[in-house]
Amino acid sequence: MAGAAAAVVKGVPELISPTPVVLADTKFQNLQKSSFSTTEKITPFKDVSNYNNYYEFSTDKYEPAGLAKNFKTRPWKVKIDGHVSKKQEFQVDDIIKMAAPEERIYRHRCVEGWSIVVPWVGFSLSVLINKVQPLAKAKFVEFTTIYDPGQMPGQRGNVLDWPYIEGLRMDEAMHPLALLCFGMYGDLLPNQDGAPLRIVVPWKYGFKSAKAIVRIRFTDSQPVNTWNKTAPNEYGFYSNVNPNVDHPRWSQAKERRLGEFLKRPTLMFNGYDQVASLYSGMDLKKNV
Amino acid sequence: MVRWFKPVVFLACLGPLARLAWKAYNQALGANPIEVITHSTGDWTLIFLLVTLAVTPLRKLTGQLWLIRYRRMFGLFAFFYVVLHFLTYIWLDKFFDLHEMLADIAKRKFITVGFTGFLLLIPLAVTSTSGWIRRLGKRWQRLHQLIYFSATAGVIHYWWLVKKDIHKPLEYAVVLGILLGYRLITWAVPKLRASRTRSVPARRLELPQE
Repeated sequence: MAGAAAAVVKGVPELISPTPVVLADTKFQNLQKSSFSTTEKITPFKDVSNYNNYYEFSTDKYEPAGLAKNFKTRPWKVKIDGHVSKKQEFQVDDIIKMAAPEERIYRHRCVEGWSIVVPWVGFSLSVLINKVQPLAKAKFVEFTTIYDPGQMPGQRGNVLDWPYIEGLRMDEAMHPLALLCFGMYGDLLPNQDGAPLRIVVPWKYGFKSAKAIVRIRFTDSQPVNTWNKTAPNEYGFYSNVNPNVDHPRWSQAKERRLGEFLKRPTLMFNGYDQVASLYSGMDLKKNV
Repeated sequence: MVRWFKPVVFLACLGPLARLAWKAYNQALGANPIEVITHSTGDWTLIFLLVTLAVTPLRKLTGQLWLIRYRRMFGLFAFFYVVLHFLTYIWLDKFFDLHEMLADIAKRKFITVGFTGFLLLIPLAVTSTSGWIRRLGKRWQRLHQLIYFSATAGVIHYWWLVKKDIHKPLEYAVVLGILLGYRLITWAVPKLRASRTRSVPARRLELPQE
């Protein structure tokens, strides 16, 4: 455990990856395998690190890789507040050391209709949540992405209402599949993929998986997530992957897996059926 | 204009396609090649529609009459790129699934309006030959004003498609607004003038002191 944690932090200065990004050497040793991992073909690293929806840098998916090159991810503090007994500020490396890193190979489905398979590195978000002990009245968790227009050119415009906010219901956040993520492909996260700390919620559309998190707040009311605020008729709070509920402007029945020619059918909850019980009794056509 | 100029322009108009083909051949279209092809052919359709619409105002403003000889070529290239765009959609996006396409056209307003814009261009491409121009006479000009609606539909199609960042569709909209605005002015100003010259004597009669 301690050895794995120590392995995590070495090589931090090298984490700034140039584009097109080449994987130099594996920074994480002894990554734990996870039973949640899919055996599907992993999307090439160069695609996952050069095709990014990261509006803080650019609305063009091919641009964040270049624009995020010099983004500073250390020092990096993460503030924990709201309805929680241990309000505090963590250095991101202290969060990363909280548990042994696991490799989780997840499907990742964008609301735009494309998907990738990514070997993320991290551990269950519940590890952090348990550590800071939310109060009984905490019903939701809100995640805030850094606001730093000096470093993030996209934030100099008002395409979205900055900073980017996302949120999960507490039981969703506590589900073991919900990942607190700081690496991919055995290495630390490239800046354009959400370094130094993000969440990955594989059964929801990609925009729910907030990047470059600086604040985690426990609330009693449902957070207003940025895309829901921007276009409430198009993006909901839950945003579970659902082939039966179309986006108002396009069908969600199929998806294009990057690297594949034919489209494949989209699966309910992106194929993560184990989360279905979280939504029993809920009308998922209404609670999109 | 020099004789070699037209073939050069023709080849230049094929440039965007050549660039796409070259990139595809070298696997340099990025992580999502089909998306790049879709967007690129759509962009070039709009660009050629706007270039076509720019010919007449440019010709009138500069007095360079030879420009008119390029209008048909630009218009046909707009049609060429919209056909590629449409083929990308029915083949690479829908894989000839007719049911899905019909659902799309009926349900998604950005598809509906884009498809309408495409349909409107078909009669224009068909009647672009000298024979049809002769046969239709005055009606040819009337018919080819459909390009105003087609180009407008194309810009709306783009506008409704983007998730949030409208700056690119806005650029097209501004240029289209200028080009259509020019026509509105050149159509309306002579009419206004004519009606004013008619009304001036009448007003003088009513108000002789003025």
